[in-house]
Amino acid sequence: MRAADAFIKALEKEGVEVIFGIPGGAILEIYDALYDSRIRHITTRHEQGATHAADGYARASGRVGVVFATSGPGATNTVTGIANAYMDSSPIVVFTGQVSRPMIGNDAFQEADITGITMPITKHNYLVTDPNKLLRIVREAFYIASSGRPGPVLVDIPKDVTTADIEFDYPTRVDLIGYKPKYEGHPMQIKRAAELIIKSERPIILVGGGVKISNASKELIELAETIPAFVVTTLMGKGAISEYHPLCLGFVGMHGSKFANYALSESDLIIAVGCRFSDRTTGNASLFAPQAKIIHIDIDPAEIGKNVRVDVPIVGDAKRILSNLRKFIEYKYRKNWEDKIREWKEKFPLKYKKEGFKPQFVIEKACEIFPDAIVTTEVGQNQMWSAQFFKVKYPRQFISSGGLGTMGFGFPASIGAKIACPDKEVIDIAGDGSFLMNIQELATCIHYDIPVKVFIMNNGYLGMVRQWQELFYRERYSATCIGCEKISFEKIAEGFGAVGITVERQSEVVEALRRAKEINDSPVVVDFRVEFQANVFPMVPPGKSLREIIDEED
Amino acid sequence: MKYTIAVLVENKPGVLARVASLFRRRGFNIESLTVGVTEKEEISRMTIVVKGNEKVLEQVTKQLNKLIEVIKVSDVSFDSVERELCLLRVNAPPEKRGEIVELTNIFRARIVDVAKDSFIVEVTGDEDKINAFIDLMRGYGIKEVARTGKVAMVRGAKK
Ligand SMILES: Cc1ncc(C[n+]2csc(CCOP(=O)(O)OP(=O)(O)O)c2C)c(N)n1
Ligand SMILES: [Mg+2]
Repeated sequence: MRAADAFIKALEKEGVEVIFGIPGGAILEIYDALYDSRIRHITTRHEQGATHAADGYARASGRVGVVFATSGPGATNTVTGIANAYMDSSPIVVFTGQVSRPMIGNDAFQEADITGITMPITKHNYLVTDPNKLLRIVREAFYIASSGRPGPVLVDIPKDVTTADIEFDYPTRVDLIGYKPKYEGHPMQIKRAAELIIKSERPIILVGGGVKISNASKELIELAETIPAFVVTTLMGKGAISEYHPLCLGFVGMHGSKFANYALSESDLIIAVGCRFSDRTTGNASLFAPQAKIIHIDIDPAEIGKNVRVDVPIVGDAKRILSNLRKFIEYKYRKNWEDKIREWKEKFPLKYKKEGFKPQFVIEKACEIFPDAIVTTEVGQNQMWSAQFFKVKYPRQFISSGGLGTMGFGFPASIGAKIACPDKEVIDIAGDGSFLMNIQELATCIHYDIPVKVFIMNNGYLGMVRQWQELFYRERYSATCIGCEKISFEKIAEGFGAVGITVERQSEVVEALRRAKEINDSPVVVDFRVEFQANVFPMVPPGKSLREIIDEED
Repeated sequence: MKYTIAVLVENKPGVLARVASLFRRRGFNIESLTVGVTEKEEISRMTIVVKGNEKVLEQVTKQLNKLIEVIKVSDVSFDSVERELCLLRVNAPPEKRGEIVELTNIFRARIVDVAKDSFIVEVTGDEDKINAFIDLMRGYGIKEVARTGKVAMVRGAKK
């Protein structure tokens, strides 16, 4: 059988239902084989869009996202998307065409050393040098991407490999001597953790994206209720517990609420699950939660002790460990701590000034009108306001570029999410700058009838950078004004064949959102011309501890 | 502090690049690195000498373990036999040859090539011994040095 045909058959065996990509010379044979397959292909308008879409698909569904790209520029265009998936542990497999084996190394037309380029941003990658190993590599790629701590895998396939004749013999089992993810937590460590929890007076659970990846929300909530302990989440952990749950204090870190940051800082025991203590979460790491002992549950041993000191490390799968851990916990009412947190919550709520045309208001209303929608975000102020004011209910509802902070992620990711969950409303909360980075994917939405909604917080600035210049660079606004109030996103949307709406005043917000809600047969772009002065607060200034978080007035 | 770690890896193309890339990316300092096949053809052994503190060693070990093609990482800094081989080309005018031969014997080194006015000397041993020998040879004028980097094995029976 032609290797390209065997390859597509292998993808069918893996249960692949959709591929995002763009064809080209080196991958033509594979596209030819795809022509006879039931697998759906979405031709995006840029390979970065394809990679983010696959990533969004993976995050919304928990399944592996698949990308095709041709050699050279097609492959290099996937790099940002791969790095993004790597930082946020998202399972995608990227297949790139490569020039034929005899040409490799000769600087042939459209040759790029994509395995070399992506080595530090993939969980693993392959250059297929033997057609007979192609199918095994495909199996391994899917296994590696989706097991343990998930991540992107790239497989580079030379053109003459795809034309070779091979047997279709698809391996079911994978045996990699150097890769054996550990899922069960060590029983002794679990007992030690339980003892610390029972003894603690001010416990708090810090949840990262790992809880969502492990589908451990139920176990998390059961543990939180049993202790009982309040829960704070990182940006990636947002949604692991419903933000309407009485124990949920929401988003913590640089732009988290004051009360969540105070609670984390003053606790005497942090139960960290599936998070990596990034600098955005910890503030100044040497001043992080000075009185707290730390239990760190993570599937990746390399994360333990990397950024903060840990008292009880537990390596394994969050779902199994949390459910095991709960068995050793006895309920203990900690009145003082609860009172304290309630007091902080009342005294320091998330807030913003109501006059003017505030982006926070738009997001608050969007949350009211689209309470169950999947929300993707771009990067910048729009992202932080979304994290603060769009309260989510379920684990895979909030999708954002956490680790890499990639402008241009949200829109293609929303396409992937919509394809994964066609029955859900999907919204990209965007910034004007970010949306322009992958706006070409509007053509993809029109072509394939993918009715996502884009709400642009159009402030005419690279707002987050502008904010830093205002606060830390004496208002020297170097290169951050992008003048998007001068362009009409409404007309651009219409030019693509989508619905465009412009909203000039805060009083028109609700009506525009309702209108957008009613349109389900077309993508909708709503240009909210919000004021540029709005900033993201509260904020932990760089180099400070979480306790030193400031509000606009401070 | 210097640590010596032994890394068993799959004997496949690209593994060395992966390990080197990891050290560079994470900012770990390699002092020396050697690779060779083991008793099993499909497995190679790298011996890496890395500079840093205990925290660095822990991260190096954990990050190496994350590479799919890395099978096992062990710290062989202590209680192990360590060897390195060094070739040096040293000036050997006729009047000095006797001295050099004598020193070579004391160090159980060997003269492996003789030219008109120079020798190539081969010396094996631990780092200290080789450094001491090189220091002694300096007096005669060293023209070239080639060191293999260290290999190491823990003493006693294999667990
Ligand atoms: C690809 C990329 N380039 C640059 C940055 C640096 N950056 C971070 S936030 C930001 C501004 C984003 O502007 P916009 O999308 O309009 O969002 P706003 O902050 O105004 O809401 C920039 C340039 C980035 N995160 N990603
Ligand atoms: Mg903006």
